[in-house]
Amino acid sequence: MTSGRDDSLNEKLAALLLEREVEKFIVEEAVMLDEWRLDDWLALFTEDARYMVPATDMPTADPKETLALINDDVARLRGRVERLKSRHAHREFPWSRTRRFITNVRIKEIIGEEILANASFLVYRIRSGQVDPLIGSYVYTLRRVDGALKIAARRAVLDLEALRPHGTLSIIL
Amino acid sequence: MNLNNLIDEDRLGGVFRVHRSAFTSAEIAALEQANIFQRCWLYLGHDSELPNAGDFRRRTVAGQPLFWVRGSDGRARVFYNSCTHWGANVCRLDEGNAELFQCFYHAWTFNNQGDLVSVPDEAAYGEGFHKEAMGLAAPPRFDNYRGLYFVSFDRDVEDLISYLGDAKEYIDLILDQAEEGWRVIPGTQKYSVRANWKMFSLNSLDSYHVRPLHSTFFKYTESLGSGDPPPLPPTEFPGPQGRSLSLRNGHGVDIFPSLARARPIAHWHPILGEESKEEIRKRRARLVERFGEQRAYLMCNTNRLMLIYPNFALHDIAGVSLRYFEPVGQEYMEVTVQTLAPRGESPGLLNRRLENFLSFLGPGGFAHPDDIEAMESAQLGFRAGGPEWIDASRGMHREATALDELHVRAFWRQWHANLSGDAKAERHHDSLDGKRE
Repeated sequence: MTSGRDDSLNEKLAALLLEREVEKFIVEEAVMLDEWRLDDWLALFTEDARYMVPATDMPTADPKETLALINDDVARLRGRVERLKSRHAHREFPWSRTRRFITNVRIKEIIGEEILANASFLVYRIRSGQVDPLIGSYVYTLRRVDGALKIAARRAVLDLEALRPHGTLSIIL
Repeated sequence: MNLNNLIDEDRLGGVFRVHRSAFTSAEIAALEQANIFQRCWLYLGHDSELPNAGDFRRRTVAGQPLFWVRGSDGRARVFYNSCTHWGANVCRLDEGNAELFQCFYHAWTFNNQGDLVSVPDEAAYGEGFHKEAMGLAAPPRFDNYRGLYFVSFDRDVEDLISYLGDAKEYIDLILDQAEEGWRVIPGTQKYSVRANWKMFSLNSLDSYHVRPLHSTFFKYTESLGSGDPPPLPPTEFPGPQGRSLSLRNGHGVDIFPSLARARPIAHWHPILGEESKEEIRKRRARLVERFGEQRAYLMCNTNRLMLIYPNFALHDIAGVSLRYFEPVGQEYMEVTVQTLAPRGESPGLLNRRLENFLSFLGPGGFAHPDDIEAMESAQLGFRAGGPEWIDASRGMHREATALDELHVRAFWRQWHANLSGDAKAERHHDSLDGKRE
């Protein structure tokens, strides 16, 4: 038998645990990318997932009808990882060093098995004598599959007005 | 500066070299600003970007802040983005719609046709102050060809149509593909390259690099399966090896069969999706009906990389891209990329068109980041000292194929003429009469 007060405490604890779980998931993902564990990273995605980076002048637009920077389904994401692992992705051979700072992780909404979460990022790409910061926010749709969190959609929205002086998005943002 | 030693050409021996200082000298960069960017027609934008009266866009051309606006009278104009009073930018948004542009500094107000319509406390100005003469200033020349708008800072530049030379035919070959007309798709790829701007002009024409540099892209598309088999060419042009052509005035094109590769207009490949097959086949049939087998073949089954001299690349490959790039000093450039799609294209095919575009092109694609790496690497290579020249001799001794560098040489000849103060190169082609000798 539980009192009303216990129910509310349990609810708060459950919410806190979920927040912690989501934050840990996003941070672990960032570490995987910094360590270039791309296959492990790819395994985080559902089969119907999307990875998107909108154009800097259209941060909220739908890449189905606007020109984005990246709009990958899982097949293209696999292709992207294969490319980055080869010796022939010249912009990333050798791989750049990256360091990702993820903060302000917030759960926005829970819809059934899906969790909508946001986070801020500051990603440094370091290579060939250049240090280029990428600044923006992630918009995640996470889905619980067999108890574990998976990424169903991951949108990296740049606050930068242009990829200048970076030139490319050759790493996974 | 001695300009005579920048290009070393042995026409009969088939050797063409350009001195590396073309990419590294601040003095040459300054001369380019004066003799090229202040003298040529420069790309500004596409008509579809200003659909309604009052629509405006900010643009920087040759480093100069401008804005482009459709007046309430329906006419498009371009202005220097600077108040005629103390100089502040009067247009402070990248795009929007406005009847009036009020300078935020002293509240001088201009209408969307550039007239100065209100000055606070006008009585404070004497007789010699003429409000009607204080409207927004406009670059001296502004014109469009089939909706592609260009601007020139040289009052005496030749007409746009004659400036475009033979590039006009190839612009037609692209624009004629959409019966309903074209529109710029919202979303702009803005990036930069830490290299001299001319590196982008050359990369935009060159297909010699495509196989060696972009192998990861071909590996990816080949993994998706094969496209429809290409039709038998109904014309000898451009031939199986394609052609590299000078289009006069520094413009050039690289044209080659697209074989089984995807073309939204109009050749199906799995990357364009099963559901688009019918729409693409109908498109091709309609182009055959409108233009005949030969021209429809050129439209649907060849790709073209075109450079409108000096800094506007119009590519008709995985999609139609508009790329313009501006020097910032001699070792850095800013690049802007947009894409065109036919008006009225189905949402499904538009989506596939954009995905196809992104898989090769753009700063996050499977190919273009490596172009940028190559340009930057060459710029670093120039610092090595040692070799003094870059070589652009490929195919000089024969009818140039798409992998040859005839268009690259045409670019350099025009560039050299411009630096020397001439509007045109004495000879735009490898041979004297534009044909093989």
